[in-house]
Amino acid sequence: MLSVSIDSMFVHKMWDDDELSKMVDGGVPFPMLSDAGGKVGRIYGVFDENAGVENRGRFLIDPDGVIQGFEVLTPPVGRNVMETIRQIQAFQLVRQTKGGEAAPSGWRPGKKTLKPGINLVGKVWKEWKTSMAFD
Amino acid sequence: MADETEAGCARPTGGPVGAESTQNDKPAKPTREERAMVMVGQKAPDFIAPGYQKGKFITVKLSDYLGKWIVLCFYPGDFTFV
Repeated sequence: MLSVSIDSMFVHKMWDDDELSKMVDGGVPFPMLSDAGGKVGRIYGVFDENAGVENRGRFLIDPDGVIQGFEVLTPPVGRNVMETIRQIQAFQLVRQTKGGEAAPSGWRPGKKTLKPGINLVGKVWKEWKTSMAFD
Repeated sequence: MADETEAGCARPTGGPVGAESTQNDKPAKPTREERAMVMVGQKAPDFIAPGYQKGKFITVKLSDYLGKWIVLCFYPGDFTFV
């Protein structure tokens, strides 16, 4: 986990000392990075040139350094941490099975995966129900 | 993972790794408005950035985390409520 904003590392320290450590025992455990000028945010496409700040962008990067997913929100709405964890779990499963299994809509650990292949073509309706996306 | 750095008066900043300099070493040319966005399935652009972690000022390089899953989160600013 790495967090990035345009604030200096000094501001990060004060935020952690004065506020975040009151929400998280021992303070924030991961590196809080500084991107003054937005150079990093710009290459990831999340730096808002007009406002001079980063949007709420979240990128999942796999062990090979490949971006597997991202989500970008405007500032007033926070992220869903459980959904981020679910996506990582799903990508880890796909990676463990070397793509042999895929995580259908609504998948979470313990739920049924699909095994893409010639025998599944046109037969997903037998294996997977739309209700499984919502339960 | 992260090298500890000294705190000085200069406000350090990071940037992309291996990117060509955009400083004044080239004649000004009309810039085409190009909004680059990374794509899924492509390599995450590497970068170095200064930061703070558990009482220390550090410098982090993204590629030092190869071999692990990374969640990289950008946000508008410290103390921005949500």
